[in-house]
Amino acid sequence: MEIAEHLLYTKDHEWINIEGDEATIGITDYAQESLGDITFIELPNIGDEVEQFGDFVSVESVKAASDIFSPMSGEVIDVNDDLKEDPGLINRSPYDKGWIARIKLADPEEQSNLMTAEEYAKFLESVG
Amino acid sequence: MKLIFEKSVKGRQGFQNPRSDVDLKAGIPSQYLRKVDCPFPEVSELDVVRHYTALSQKNYSVDTQFYPLGSCTMKYNPKFTETVAAIEGFCNLHPLLPQLKQGEKFVQGALEVLYHMEQLLCEITGMDRFTMQPMAGAHGELTGAMMMAAYHRRKGNRKKYVIVPDSAHGTNPATAATAGYEIVSVQSDQNGVMDINDLKDKITDEAAGLMVTCPNTLGIFNSEADKIAEMVHAVDGVMYCDGANLNAILGRCRPGDIGFDVVHVNLHKTFSTPHGGGGPGAGPVGVKKKLMPFLPISMVDRCDDGTFYLNYDYPDSIGYLAPFYGNFSIILRAYAYIIMAGEEGLREVSNHAVLNANYIRQRLKERFHPAYDRLCMHEAVFSASKQAERGVHAIDIAKYLIDQNMHPPTVYFPLSVKEAIMIEPTETESKETMDRFIEACFQADDLSREHPEAFHGLPKTTPVTRPDEVKAAREIHTNYFQNR
Amino acid sequence: MFPYIPNTDENIKDMLKAIGVPSIDALFEDIKLRHKPRSFNIPEGKSEFEVIEHIKRLASKNVAGLIPFIGGGYYDHYVPSAVMALASRGEFYTAYTPYQPECSQGTLQALFEFQSAICALTEMEVANASLYDGGTALYEAVMMAGRITGRDKVIMDGGVSPIYRKMIRTYTSNLHYEFRETPVVHGQSSREEIEKLLDEKTAAVILQNPNFFGTIDDHADVIEKARHLGALAIESVYPISLGILKTPGAMGADIVTGEGQSLGIPLNFGGPYLGFMATRKKYIRKMPGRIVGETTDRNGQRCFVNTLQAREQHIRREKANSNICTNVALCALQSVIYMSLLGKQGLKGLAQLNLDKAEFARREIEKIEGVEVKRSSPTFNEFTVYLPVDASIVAEAMIHKGFAAGFPLGRYYKGMEQYMIVAVTEKRTKEEILGYVKALKEVLA
Repeated sequence: MEIAEHLLYTKDHEWINIEGDEATIGITDYAQESLGDITFIELPNIGDEVEQFGDFVSVESVKAASDIFSPMSGEVIDVNDDLKEDPGLINRSPYDKGWIARIKLADPEEQSNLMTAEEYAKFLESVG
Repeated sequence: MKLIFEKSVKGRQGFQNPRSDVDLKAGIPSQYLRKVDCPFPEVSELDVVRHYTALSQKNYSVDTQFYPLGSCTMKYNPKFTETVAAIEGFCNLHPLLPQLKQGEKFVQGALEVLYHMEQLLCEITGMDRFTMQPMAGAHGELTGAMMMAAYHRRKGNRKKYVIVPDSAHGTNPATAATAGYEIVSVQSDQNGVMDINDLKDKITDEAAGLMVTCPNTLGIFNSEADKIAEMVHAVDGVMYCDGANLNAILGRCRPGDIGFDVVHVNLHKTFSTPHGGGGPGAGPVGVKKKLMPFLPISMVDRCDDGTFYLNYDYPDSIGYLAPFYGNFSIILRAYAYIIMAGEEGLREVSNHAVLNANYIRQRLKERFHPAYDRLCMHEAVFSASKQAERGVHAIDIAKYLIDQNMHPPTVYFPLSVKEAIMIEPTETESKETMDRFIEACFQADDLSREHPEAFHGLPKTTPVTRPDEVKAAREIHTNYFQNR
Repeated sequence: MFPYIPNTDENIKDMLKAIGVPSIDALFEDIKLRHKPRSFNIPEGKSEFEVIEHIKRLASKNVAGLIPFIGGGYYDHYVPSAVMALASRGEFYTAYTPYQPECSQGTLQALFEFQSAICALTEMEVANASLYDGGTALYEAVMMAGRITGRDKVIMDGGVSPIYRKMIRTYTSNLHYEFRETPVVHGQSSREEIEKLLDEKTAAVILQNPNFFGTIDDHADVIEKARHLGALAIESVYPISLGILKTPGAMGADIVTGEGQSLGIPLNFGGPYLGFMATRKKYIRKMPGRIVGETTDRNGQRCFVNTLQAREQHIRREKANSNICTNVALCALQSVIYMSLLGKQGLKGLAQLNLDKAEFARREIEKIEGVEVKRSSPTFNEFTVYLPVDASIVAEAMIHKGFAAGFPLGRYYKGMEQYMIVAVTEKRTKEEILGYVKALKEVLA
C-alpha cells in the first residue's frame, strides 16, 4: 500500500497537497483499492465552495458508490477533466494523474485536523 | 448470440394485421408525422419463436434448476395459476369499466376477488385492512412509509427519521428517504437480531417509526419483536413489517398480533406467483385501524345487499398509488394459490420451508461458517470467510454452483455479514435436491483447499463467463442503435 | 396434503434427526407462546379442479362480451399468439432478477432488446429495462428532472392523463415540489399558459401526446422554450401511435415515459402493466430503474449485464435514485416479442389501421343528430365526443346495449359532463362500429 510522504490525510482516505494558499485533493491508494475499478466520478464545479470534511464528490465502482469528503475548506478552482474519460486513472495513479480537484484554501489552520503520512500509516494499521 | 435486430431482413414480416374493412385512408398533417419508419426488426414469426426460445434456454429458472436465492423465496409456481389468470372474463376486463356510472355492476367477479383476497390477507397477517394497489414489494414499502407520514402529519407529530436495522434490505432506507425521512441504522447483536441497547439510544420523540423484516434478513425471528413494538409505540412511532419473509411464519404468528401497524406482503414470494425474470410482482399493504384513514383509494367495500363497490370516500387517503386496483392478475394468481392451500396447506408451507432451511444450515455448517450458529427460519446465512482465507470468495462459490447446474444462493447480502451466502431452499424442494446442493457446496470447499486458483476460470458450462462489468459501466452501451 | 411439498414422512424424520431436534415445532422455538396467532381462520384447502371452477364462476359475474370503445390510456389491441407462447416459457417465467449474468443471458439479452426497441420507438438515446406502469414512470421522470435541474417547480399540461396527475401528486406529497397545471385549448397544450409559468425555477414541463382527449400535438416549440430556461421536457406517449406520429425524440424531449400495455399485454383489470422510460445519454446516471448494458466476457464474447447499479437502492440505500427494486421484466419481454413480430412495416400498418378505423367511427358518429365530434385538432385512435345529455348516463345505457361506449370526462374534468372519449382500435370491425352508432342513436332518441 503506497502512502505518499509529503501529503496530509483524512480518516476517510482522502489526501491533500498544500502549495501556498492552494491545494490539490485526491483519494489514497488504500481508498482506490477498496473501491475497486472506478467507473465514474461526479466532479465538482469550478467555483463550488466546500467545507472541511463536507461532501465533495462521489465516485462509483461496479458494486459501490462512495462519497468523497473535502480534507479542507475552500473554493474549487480546477478539476481533473481527464477523469471524465478515464476514471481508472484514480486506480492507476491515485497520488498523481488521478488527482481530483484543486481548491483555494479558506483556512490554512485546518491542516491541524489532518494526519501526516506517518500518522495515516498507523491509522491504516489500526483499521486493519 | 445475435440480437433480434441483427436478424432483420428487409421486407420480412412476422405478423399480419387485421385487414381494413372501413374503405378509408385517414391522413394527418405532415408536421405531426414521424419522418423515419420505426426501425423494428423485420423477421418472420419462426425467427421470433426460435430467437426467444434460444434465449430462454440461456436462463436458469425454478422450472429447470434448484434456485435457492436467499430472501427471494424462489418456490415452485404451480401451473394452474396460469390457467386461472388466463380466464377470459378477467384477463380482458377493462379497468375503467367500474368507473362508469353504475359500472361496478359489470365487474362484480373481479371486485369479489379483491374483497376476498383482502380478507384472507388480513386473517393471515392479523391486520385490519389491506390495499391491493402496490405493484411490488418496494412499492408496498413506499405505500406504508407514506401512510406513516400521513399519520404523523395528522397528529401533528414532529418526526424526522425512520429506524432500520443494519441488516435491512436496501429498499428500506431508500423508501424512507423517498417518503421524506432521514435514516438511522441500528446494529445487530450477537444473536443476529436488533441490538436492544443500540435501539434504546436511537428511539427518540423524533422517530417516525421502525422498518424491520420479520423474520429478519438473517433468517431469524426476533423474540423481542413485541417488546420493540412497545418501545416504538411509546414515542408514537409506527411499526413497519417488511413481509418479504412471511413464508416462514404462516399460521405460526401474525405481524398484526405482535405489534406491527403496517405490513407489506410479497405475493410473488409467499404466495407463489412467478417472478418473471424480475417482475411483475405485487406488494399489498395491510394496516391496523389507526392507519386505515390513510389507505390509498380506492378500496373495495361491500354494500348491504352483498354487492361490491369501489369506495373513494376516504378523505384522509394518501391518494392514488396505482392507476387502478393493483396488479390484478398477480393478485388473482395468489388468491387461487391461497384458497387451494387452505389453512393446513399454508401451515405446511412454513413448516417445510423452515425444516428445509435448517437441514441445509445444519449440514453445511460443518464446512462453512454460519453467520449465527443457531436455529434459523426459512433461510440460512453463512459467511465464506474460511474459504476467503484461501482466496476463494462467495462469488467464486456461486460460479462453481452454476457449473453444477444450480442457481447460486444470494451472495454479499445482508451487507452486515462479510462474504455472505444466503440460502433459501423453500418448501417445494426435495431432500434429494438439497443433498445434491450440499454435496456441491462440499466439493466447492474441497476445491478451495486443493486448487483455489481453479475458481477463477469458472463457470465453464455457461454460454458466457465472468462478464467485464467494469467495461459495461465505463462504456455504457445500452442499446443496439447507440453506435449506429 | 398440499401437493407442492415433496417431503415424505421418512424425509421429515431424517431431516429432523440430522438437525437434532425432536419435531418441526421445535424449530420454531423463537416464536414464543405469547406470539401465537389470535386467529388463523382460513377456509379448508381445495383441489386444482375446484379452484378453477370457483374462479370461473367468479369470472362469470363480470359482464361478458361488451364491445370495447373505451381507452383512456389502456387499449384493446390484439395480442398475437406467439407472445404468450414464448413469454410463458418457464425459463423466462420462473427466473428472477438476473443477479448472476452467466445463467441469465436470456433475460438480459431480451431486456437489452427491449431497451433498443424503446429507443427505436421514441427516437431517444437510452432507455431503462422498464418500470411498474406509465403513471409511476411519469412520477419517476419528475423526480429525475428534479435531480438533474436541482429545481422543484413542475408544470403539468391538463392533457396529461388525470390518472397519472393524481398519482404524481400522491407520490410527491411528502417532498418539496410545486405543481402548476395548464389548460388544454382546442385540444392542444396552451402555449400561452405554459410560457407564463415557465421560469428559471422550473424543473420540468410534463406533456402527453396524444393527450387524454386523444388529440395530437407537436410540442417542439414548447420544448424549445423550456430548454431556454433550463427546464426539462417530459413527454408521456402512447407507443402504438409512434408507428406514424412524430416522435418525442424528434420534438426534443428530455425524458420520455409511457404505458406499454398496448404492446402485447392484456388489460388484466388494471395490471400488471409496463412502464417505460427513455432519455438522453447524458442523463443516464440520473435515470431510475434497472439498465442492461452490453459488454464482453473473459473470452471476449459479447454478453449482457445489469449495469450502472451504483445508482440503485441495493448499493446507494437512502441516497439511491429511487426505491425501485425490480422492473417488470416479463411484461418487457412480452412487449419486445410483440414489437419484433410486428416489425417495421407491421407497426406502421397497425398505427394507420387504428387511425383509419377511428376516422371511420368519427365520421359515422358525427352524423348522429345532437352529437358533435371535436375536430379542432387531429386525433389518433381516440377522440372526444360532445353529447346532448350527460355522458355518464349515455355510457351506462350503452352497456345495456352491449357496448363499453367510451369514458365520460366528467369524472376527471369539471364542466365536461357531456363529453366522452371514444377509442377505436384495429380490433373494431366496421360492423361493430355501425352497431355502436345505431345503439347510440337509440340511446339518445
